[in-house]
Amino acid sequence: MPVSKNKPREIFKISHLSKIYRTGEVEVRAMNDVSLDMIEGEMTVLLGPSGSGKSTFLNIVGGLDQASSGTVFFKDMELTSFNERQLTRYRRDHVGFVFQFYNLIPSLTAWENVALVTEVSKNPMKAGDALAMVGLENRMTHFPAQLSGGEQQRVAIARAIAKRPEVLLCDEPTGALDSKTGIIVLDALTKVNEELGTTTAIITHNAGIQKIAHRVISFLDGKLSNCHENKSRIKPAEVVW
Amino acid sequence: MRVLDRKIIRDIWRLWAQVLAVALVMACGAATIIMAVGAYRSLDETRDAFYDRYKFGSVFASAVRAPNHLKSRIEAISGVSGAELRIVKPVLLDVIGMKEPGSGIAVSIPDHRMTKVNQLYVRQGRLPEPGRGVEVAVVESFAKAHGFVPGDQFGTIINGKKLTLNIVGIVLSPEYIYSLGPGEMVPNPKIFGVFYISEEVLRGLFDMEGSFNDLSITTMRNTELESVIKDIDALLEPYGGVGAYDREDQASNAFLDAELDQLRAMAKIIPPIFLFVSAFLVNMILSRLIALEREHVGLFKALGYGNIAIGGHYAKLVIVIAIIGILIGSGAGLWLGMGLTRLYASFYSYPFLLFEQSYDLYVLSAGITLTAALSGAVKSIWSVVILPPAVAMRPQAPTRYKSLFVGRMNFTRIFSQLTTMAFRHIIRWPVRFLMTTFGTALSVALLVTSLFSYDSIEDMIDVIFFQTDRQDVTLTFSDDRGQDVLWLVNKLPGVVRVEPFRATPVKLKNGHRTMQMSLLALSHETDLSQILDIDSAPMEPPKNGLVISERVADKLHLNLGDLVDVVLTKKSNRIASLPISGIAQSYVGLTAYMSFEALNRVMRDGQRVSGARIKIDEAKLDEFYEAVKETPVIASTALQDISRDKFRETIEQNITTMTSVYIVLAVIITFGVIYNSARIQLSERARELASLRVFGFTRAEVSSVLMVELAIIVLLAQPLGWLLGYALSWSVVKGFETDLFRIPLVVNANTFAWASVVVLTAALVSALIVRRRIDHLDLISVLKTRE
Ligand SMILES: Nc1ncnc2c1ncn2[C@@H]1O[C@H](COP(=O)(O)OP(=O)(O)O)[C@@H](O)[C@H]1O
Ligand SMILES: [Mg+2]
Repeated sequence: MPVSKNKPREIFKISHLSKIYRTGEVEVRAMNDVSLDMIEGEMTVLLGPSGSGKSTFLNIVGGLDQASSGTVFFKDMELTSFNERQLTRYRRDHVGFVFQFYNLIPSLTAWENVALVTEVSKNPMKAGDALAMVGLENRMTHFPAQLSGGEQQRVAIARAIAKRPEVLLCDEPTGALDSKTGIIVLDALTKVNEELGTTTAIITHNAGIQKIAHRVISFLDGKLSNCHENKSRIKPAEVVW
Repeated sequence: MRVLDRKIIRDIWRLWAQVLAVALVMACGAATIIMAVGAYRSLDETRDAFYDRYKFGSVFASAVRAPNHLKSRIEAISGVSGAELRIVKPVLLDVIGMKEPGSGIAVSIPDHRMTKVNQLYVRQGRLPEPGRGVEVAVVESFAKAHGFVPGDQFGTIINGKKLTLNIVGIVLSPEYIYSLGPGEMVPNPKIFGVFYISEEVLRGLFDMEGSFNDLSITTMRNTELESVIKDIDALLEPYGGVGAYDREDQASNAFLDAELDQLRAMAKIIPPIFLFVSAFLVNMILSRLIALEREHVGLFKALGYGNIAIGGHYAKLVIVIAIIGILIGSGAGLWLGMGLTRLYASFYSYPFLLFEQSYDLYVLSAGITLTAALSGAVKSIWSVVILPPAVAMRPQAPTRYKSLFVGRMNFTRIFSQLTTMAFRHIIRWPVRFLMTTFGTALSVALLVTSLFSYDSIEDMIDVIFFQTDRQDVTLTFSDDRGQDVLWLVNKLPGVVRVEPFRATPVKLKNGHRTMQMSLLALSHETDLSQILDIDSAPMEPPKNGLVISERVADKLHLNLGDLVDVVLTKKSNRIASLPISGIAQSYVGLTAYMSFEALNRVMRDGQRVSGARIKIDEAKLDEFYEAVKETPVIASTALQDISRDKFRETIEQNITTMTSVYIVLAVIITFGVIYNSARIQLSERARELASLRVFGFTRAEVSSVLMVELAIIVLLAQPLGWLLGYALSWSVVKGFETDLFRIPLVVNANTFAWASVVVLTAALVSALIVRRRIDHLDLISVLKTRE
């Protein structure tokens, strides 16, 4: 499903979203009154210094965390009114996650790590196909410890896309990687976005990466500081690290 | 197979040593349940089957000499389904190859018809018949002890006459599954046996024409035994009836009851220890595993796995471990249970053994083991369920340690940094520290509990054979006799000292509470026989009143000075009201003591004696034995040396078997607790320890961080274990206490020391295994991985 530029549809509608963490008597305002929309099929990069609330934002949008106030709509579902069971369902059916530290289960092979997802989703691809998409068809029986960082992250991407999610949320997917492997991983994400039309959000604090996205959103101190569309995009290989 | 299930299998594979250590502890729990309950049921079933198939009586009575025509009146008592009127008499044995005289009981069997009550199982040969000389069937234990087969002969002194008996059969009786000779504490089939002789023959030998002296009755289901007993007592009273009683007071059956009670007590005391420890170990391992897999839990949640699926995943892990434990435990339990049943059965005379292997026992033990395991897992699994997925994605903050200030004293000034690290770790997880200490203490306790029986038995032997009953030989006369019989005894070769006694069956009554026992009267100047008070100090037989044992006092709610009704069974149930003038210590049987003079006064039949305790010149022992065999008035002899040796041999054989089992069990607990605790510490502190190595600390120094904590745990566990062991031993003593037998609670310092040695060794071995892991710590990979 290629992106139709004519009539952009919002997949997320977020308004006045705030998150306050309370640890004992200390209150941390992790996110403060954020409102924005995300467009179906687009690739968005979230920029901002460490601690600016990017992960908090992604976690709430991905149904991992609950907001303190404000609303998030996924299509016509109001995530902010969901209970735990509904959030679990939402994550299972619609969202794919990629984490900075890959988070593969060390005792499962690459194929099994992907199968972890295909077993519980409604219309998954074959685990092997998902691995092939990220170029790891020859690594299926390897355990995470036998894979390089970049390969592990690609397994994680294969795991995230294997269920054919509508949204793919990546929290610093290249954060632990060097530039060369980082580019391979970004390539894989771009490929998924283009070929499957998966709405993709990528958190990074590497400003160089922003040019591969359709849209760039910047956070500062828990607030939205900037939001713009890229007139022209570059390929991951052209990213200056 | 689902991918998550593969993870379980790989996790178990990876953690095999820890899994095995926990599974073995669970196995001990399951095995001890199966062993104790299995042996209990097997013995119970076997006994019931034997009783049932061979018509074991339900009411028993004896008299001096009752006419056979009572038979129809006995059978007419409501509820009575069968009655067997018998002659049962003590006999002396003179078996070739045995210097010491043995003793036996001769029992009549009806001629030309089947016995109605207490039927015999014929193992070999046939039952004796009249008119073919003196034929006899002997009980199997006696035949085995002497290697007798049908066709063999042995000598007896029956009613003063020497007589050779021809063995025609080897039999077993439900009445003598457990049979003790006079004065014996454990069965000794070499010197005591039961013989069955034709009624006609036995009647002739004892001049019992037209009469009987023993009665066994079977009753119909749901019969009120109380009233049957009353009716029989009334019938036999004019003929010297000694009070009818039911199975509960039948010697063999009462012993079996006591043994079964002990098995039941064991089933209640031992398995819970293992179940508790396994729950704790599961908790320890699982909570550590989950702490390590926090991010995976978050991942599962992010992937859309529900709480039930994730919680179920960890529950399954525990279930698999429990299944391993249950399988090992069931196998071991079956094996141990069969062994235990055989051990018990070798002690008793059963024609067959039913191994009661019903499935429900395995299901029960599996269920209990699994429940214990899962109850240990509940907390950890709950922590998984409540873990917010977003939090799970974040790396865990560094463990928060507390500073080690106590008042104004700073530990770090006193101890090295490394020791301080160990202390901080303890304070960080105080509950785990305490539980680990407690778990280790339990293995010390278990050992104390199994080893203390040696001390107690030795003490018992000392009290019985060297303090209270110091005679060499006890002679019992065939009837109560006049004092002149003592002159005869004095003349026996080698006799150095003679102390007469009088024994008579009585019932003690206090309000509605009654107890049957033998009242023993001793003369004042006793030296061989001593009555010990509760503080083990010897006391004189009182001039008035009677001394009762602690258990009798407890059961009848009697105190010093209280009046008790003494029902004189041999004197037509005449009641004498006597004061309690002392409470005595006693380990075997129920006893009451009086002075010789006092009892004779109460009995109103002159100066009569039932037997004598004798000290003998050992050099003349053989002559003495020969003379005893020639002396008709002597109905039985009991030799203290032989009974002491047999007692020690039997008891120690039993204890040694059980102790070996318990040592294995205790080592398993120690290993399970210490090894797991060390492994978990290692997993928690691998980075810390690796860093220390990188900073240049030596292997020994780095290990010491872990070993200090283990050492503190193991050392603290010792005194705690001794205390727990003492308490546990106490509960074993209480659990094993019956009317027939009581073991004193004596725990010597040796026992505590041995328990500690075993546990310290097991702890040392487990620590060394973990130490090897620390030595081989892969510094780079440990430091590279993120926690
Ligand atoms: N569970 C939490 N408890 C307390 N404070 C938190 C928690 N999660 C995040 N924060 C705080 O919220 C702020 C934003 O965090 P985060 O969204 O992780 O930032 P970013 O991903 O942009 O680095 C930070 O100050 C962080 O310390
Ligand atoms: Mg972040």
